[in-house]
Amino acid sequence: MGVKTKAPAIEQGAFFTTRLDAVLNWARKYSLFQYPFATACCGMEFMATAASHYDQARFGAEIPRFSPRQSDVLWVAGTINHKMAPIVKRVHEQMAHPKWVIAFGACASSGGFYQNYAVVQGLDRVIPVDVYIGGCPPRPEAVLDGLIALQDLIQTRGPTGHTGINPRQTKEVLLLSRQ
Amino acid sequence: MTAPAETPPITARVEEKFPGAVTASHQQFGDETITVAKDQYLAVMTLLRNDPTLKFNLMVDLSAVDFLGQSPRFQVVVHLKSLSLGHRLRVKVGVGEDGPEACTLPTISKLWVAADWYERECFDMYGIRFQGHPNLKRLLLYESFVGHPLRKDYDIHLQQPRVELRPVRERYDYQNRNLTDPSETERRPL
Ligand code: SF4
Repeated sequence: MGVKTKAPAIEQGAFFTTRLDAVLNWARKYSLFQYPFATACCGMEFMATAASHYDQARFGAEIPRFSPRQSDVLWVAGTINHKMAPIVKRVHEQMAHPKWVIAFGACASSGGFYQNYAVVQGLDRVIPVDVYIGGCPPRPEAVLDGLIALQDLIQTRGPTGHTGINPRQTKEVLLLSRQ
Repeated sequence: MTAPAETPPITARVEEKFPGAVTASHQQFGDETITVAKDQYLAVMTLLRNDPTLKFNLMVDLSAVDFLGQSPRFQVVVHLKSLSLGHRLRVKVGVGEDGPEACTLPTISKLWVAADWYERECFDMYGIRFQGHPNLKRLLLYESFVGHPLRKDYDIHLQQPRVELRPVRERYDYQNRNLTDPSETERRPL
């Protein structure tokens, strides 16, 4: 009933217009392929969220891809130490644009309760991060909340996310380097 | 709880075989602890492993303690268990940082193969060199790491990144409970 008053054009089988990037972003946010970079206890919580009880697939974030080249979102779930930092950086560099990063849990977001010789004080010291999920570990509800926050980000900001890395620019750089 | 007057069996056996090797001992909840002299360490460990009345065939743990400011500075602590006789023992040995033998101890990885990685970890964290070890290099940290982080004089804020860190815009200072000037925090070792 409400639809009839608000959008008579749809009701009559006519058409409606939108912007192409809005459609693209809508498609992007519901087909996120994920790379789970699980280094510590938070990895268990990622598994809990991905498994049937909380069923992350409902949000279009279905399959974990264990190849960075096939994934859109890098979930860094767990403590990142200085020994691991070059690896996570390399994985991030290998991902194709557009790409997003979620810092999962207190450790990945800020170093957590570790401030010592080993632990990087926040994943954003190594690679740019779009969404931070707090908690040690975050409950699956919080994880889904973070995922929805990322989807909102994709819808409103498009492929650049918070990090401001423009894939078109990268393309130009690539073209230039080929010439 | 008062300690029993007579010497407990394992300590007594070691003292019988190597008089003067045990510099201190105590017993708690039925488990014994002995502190041995560094020059007798390997001989005592060999005895503990091979003696038919001791038969410590399992090396449970090997670690170290840093008593900064005391002499000897380090203490290496080894936990042993005998699976056939069912008793346990803790062996402590002091390792000083002065003199020609500074921070060294004979390896026991020839007696218990399990000690191999424990000694590597101990070297990694405390810088104690185990003489005769087949492969004494860092176990957990990376090769470019300078120093030994579990020493008490290692700066708790000192990190040794392997990639260039991105700048922080602002950082919450937990000690002073306020947002510090970002240029200040950049100068602090993180
Ligand atoms: S935030 Fe907590 S649960 Fe997550 S990796 Fe760190 S210590 Fe583990």
